[in-house]
Amino acid sequence: MGLMDLANPTRFMAVSQRILPWLWGLAAAFLIAGLYMSFFLAPQDYQQGNTVRIMFIHVPAAWLAMMGYSMIALSSIGTLVWRHPLADVSARAAAPIGAAFTFIALVTGSLWGKPMWGAWWVWDARLTSVLVLFLMYLGLIALWRAFDDPARGARIVAVLALVGAVNLPIIKFSVEWWNTLHQPASVFRMGGPTIHPTILWPLLVMAFGATLLFLAIHLAAMRNEVLRRRVRAMQITAARAVATTGTEDGEPELA
Amino acid sequence: MSALFTLFARELTLAVRIGGGALMAVVFFLIVVTLMPFAVGPDLNLLSRIGPAILWVGVLLANLLALDRLFQADQEDGSLDLMVMAPLPLELTVTVKALAYWVTTGLPLAIAAPLFGMMLNMPAEALGAVCLTLLAGTPGLTFIGIIGAALTVALRRGGLLLAILVIPLMVPVLIFGILATSAAIVVTSPFLQPFLILLALSLGAMVLGPIAAAAALRFGLE
Repeated sequence: MGLMDLANPTRFMAVSQRILPWLWGLAAAFLIAGLYMSFFLAPQDYQQGNTVRIMFIHVPAAWLAMMGYSMIALSSIGTLVWRHPLADVSARAAAPIGAAFTFIALVTGSLWGKPMWGAWWVWDARLTSVLVLFLMYLGLIALWRAFDDPARGARIVAVLALVGAVNLPIIKFSVEWWNTLHQPASVFRMGGPTIHPTILWPLLVMAFGATLLFLAIHLAAMRNEVLRRRVRAMQITAARAVATTGTEDGEPELA
Repeated sequence: MSALFTLFARELTLAVRIGGGALMAVVFFLIVVTLMPFAVGPDLNLLSRIGPAILWVGVLLANLLALDRLFQADQEDGSLDLMVMAPLPLELTVTVKALAYWVTTGLPLAIAAPLFGMMLNMPAEALGAVCLTLLAGTPGLTFIGIIGAALTVALRRGGLLLAILVIPLMVPVLIFGILATSAAIVVTSPFLQPFLILLALSLGAMVLGPIAAAAALRFGLE
């Protein structure tokens, strides 16, 4: 079965129902293993002490915050180019999840910042650009909620998502220019990671587990959205039936 | 070409006649500037130091005021449908409308800014710098703003939503506008570099803005 076959909503529902339990299970397994590694196996940092363990939640959440927006942007291309309803369902389902991970990244960063920097919030480049990302997530969600007909709003929100995707690198670049206090990227960089393997491995396991969790929630949310639209379509059909025939189950005439 | 000029003249006429809001943004800007000393105290040294920031944020907010009516008024009287169906590319129509909006809103704000800056005890070179950076940056603000105006055209209460959608996108313009302004005041830091980036942001917005706004308008009217 090719990927395009999945685009059929009925087939998508059938396949996702079979995949979901495995995804949940794998996510749970990796997260449990990752949490055990990060709390019991990973050493304390010689400067940061136990607070370094916040990173095992913070860093995956920050990665997924960006992955969530990429997911929305890719789905938006699907909405605009192929006008596929499932692409819109995917973008719509990804937005609150991405916003939640962004929020987790902000809160854990703030918790880490209090002992390290001596303040709950520091206006440094990365924190600020993640905050702007969070605001853009909220804007997307607000715009989706403003349309009473999901099909009509789909492509309009897709335009905003793509404009945001073009702007995000510019915002990140300008905020970095504006102020830099946060430590530079230390995992993905030329010349290999700069962090010690005893900390890197728990981090990677946590990141993989969190990604699986993201995908599981995303798939479940997509299923909910498909069902929600079916319910809506049925309600409209039923309402139309009442309006045309006049009665339904002995109800008094409305029109 | 003559159609573009006609549209431009129509937009200007609508903005200056009764019911249009050509100078309302400047009045709002003056109110924002007046509020600041009440909030931070009448200390002239402090005001002259944060003056550029007050002026830039004031302009950014004042520039948003009339944006939600930019396409909505045309949609209500049906002229937007004509613009979409006209042989003229919708992107060009949107560009002309945005330019007219800038002439009636952004340009007066940039010209008024040095005047209000004097009330904040800003030095003469800072006044010139603020005016120059605002002239370079307000087109960027306007052309980012029209995306939001087009996105919310079909919504009954789009005004607040519009601000939420577009202000995050305006962050880079604000950053480089302020950087260029303060560079012009403090001689040590380079002025040209942030100023050129500010111009680049405005030019980029002038390309991306009409394309995105036209797409949103087409989808919104279907």
